[in-house]
Amino acid sequence: MARIAKPSTTALRTNIPFYMTGAGLICIFAFPVIWVLAASFKTEAEGRGSPLSLIPSVFTLSKYTELWNSGAGAPTYILNSVIVSAITVCVTVIVSTLAGYAFARFRFPLKNTIFFIILMKLMVPFPSLLTPLFMVLQTIGLNNSLVGIALIYVTFQLPFSVFVMRNAMEAIPKEMVEAAEMDGAGVLSVLRYVLLPIALPGVATVALFAFLASWNEFLAALIFLSDGEKFTLPVMLLNAQTNFDAGVNWGAVEAGVVISMIPCLIVFLVLQKYYVGGLMSGAVK
Amino acid sequence: MALSRQDIAVPGNPAHPARQSALSRKSARSPGRSSSRGQALAGLVLLAPCLLLVVVFFIIPLAMMIWMSFHEWPLLGEVSFSGLRNYGELWADKRFWRSVWFTMKYATILTVLIFLLAFPLALLVQRQRPGVTVMRAVFFLPVSIGMATAATLWVLIINPDVGVAGPLFQSLGLADGPVQFLRSANSALWTVIVMVVWKSVGFSMILLMTGLQNVPSDIYEAARIDGAGRFRIFRSMTLPLMRKTTALALILCVSGAMQAFDQFFFITQGGPRNQTVTAVYSIYVTSFSSYRLGYGAAMSVVLLAILVLLGIVQYVALRNKET
Repeated sequence: MARIAKPSTTALRTNIPFYMTGAGLICIFAFPVIWVLAASFKTEAEGRGSPLSLIPSVFTLSKYTELWNSGAGAPTYILNSVIVSAITVCVTVIVSTLAGYAFARFRFPLKNTIFFIILMKLMVPFPSLLTPLFMVLQTIGLNNSLVGIALIYVTFQLPFSVFVMRNAMEAIPKEMVEAAEMDGAGVLSVLRYVLLPIALPGVATVALFAFLASWNEFLAALIFLSDGEKFTLPVMLLNAQTNFDAGVNWGAVEAGVVISMIPCLIVFLVLQKYYVGGLMSGAVK
Repeated sequence: MALSRQDIAVPGNPAHPARQSALSRKSARSPGRSSSRGQALAGLVLLAPCLLLVVVFFIIPLAMMIWMSFHEWPLLGEVSFSGLRNYGELWADKRFWRSVWFTMKYATILTVLIFLLAFPLALLVQRQRPGVTVMRAVFFLPVSIGMATAATLWVLIINPDVGVAGPLFQSLGLADGPVQFLRSANSALWTVIVMVVWKSVGFSMILLMTGLQNVPSDIYEAARIDGAGRFRIFRSMTLPLMRKTTALALILCVSGAMQAFDQFFFITQGGPRNQTVTAVYSIYVTSFSSYRLGYGAAMSVVLLAILVLLGIVQYVALRNKET
């Protein structure tokens, strides 16, 4: 079990079943993504004529231009999604860093109770709170607002994020903090110059999860955003396939899927070690 | 660009040996020069934004949900106290219980399938060897795509005009003519399940892989010297030792499935004949189509109770018996 296979030809040859299985599975897992990518660049006629081909014979951007001009225009929806994700990521990082710092380094009354209440949110399914959240947003005047849904996304990222940031900061030796305090550093400079640089992997994990959650969330966006100008990409996807007046333009839907999907794939591929790291820090504790 | 064991950055678990000593509980308490009252004040001020959000967007809605469930609460118009009437109506509401039952059926099939696939996948990719990092990344890639996006992708794939599933079935000899994937409740359910397995099996795979890698490798040597077979080692040593990760993967999988909405909303729209309506779906329809917010809140309370109960049952069943 502990033996490590070396990348020699003998190792490759003895592992033929392993690589055959792996290659087969890779094809299955990658197929839907590659297929829709190919389909979005095919012409309407080729898409219907030869749906199985994975390389378009003629490259066309017509499906993207149709998407660009549908509804309030794809750029509006993309911008809305970018705004919501940006607010969610920034606020989640700031709030969970401060809270993680508090839990890792300070003593205050009810500390464990408060930590438990924050974690308790993991047990409560977000959809079951939709009705009262709707009333809360109405009361504070943030219904039908991108800021409103971003703040809801932040709150539902907090249990995981605070947990990750607390662990990241607890792992930093207290001698480093004491040395800085000896030199006269205040509470915030300790955070800024001593803790944050070391806790950066934790920040990356928190930011990555916050981005994926807010970019992909659908139900809250559907309920809380009533104005077509404010829709995010998942709501646009719904509207694109329920256009009963003019019939559904499936080409535009293909382009919409690609546009919603690509940022997630890129961000994940670039930052995947932080994603898995975050999962592991949750799994190990 | 790919997942390898060395590459994984675990927050709170830095590899630097000097930091290991600080992992102890004591490090949570910073002595510092400040007084204990100053400490408490600084701590609470740092925590204030977090607390504000939790109170406004979690504690208050949670309390309101329970409060609203005792009221007749239309979107517009008079709110009136109705005591337990919503719960009485809910108790006899066949459509609601059918949606809860359907959600449980979906969650059970999905969880069994995901575990049947995630375990072999985790075993396949747990050991570091050439090419394994690419496999992990590709199996995990669909997890990063949103549920609404993945569901829309499936709507395209099974579309009779532009989709690829029908022609694929025909060329594999599985079907003669066009395939109607959503014709019956069963085939609609399986269409959704195949999509969700594709989308989320990588998540369970990574968790189980972590569990496998945390099993110390010397116990395998000892077991083999004692003459235990491969399957026997896996069943009586590996599985019990990774109980905690398995429990986590199971609880996340079940609670995720019990909250299913997007996938059915996009792919089946609850059909055919409302046979694929999930619990969250019926809460959504009650609250935001019929605008019976009080009744929807009562449904939410019941769903929450079911979820908490399921969580406790799984936790107790998989808890480490020694501790």
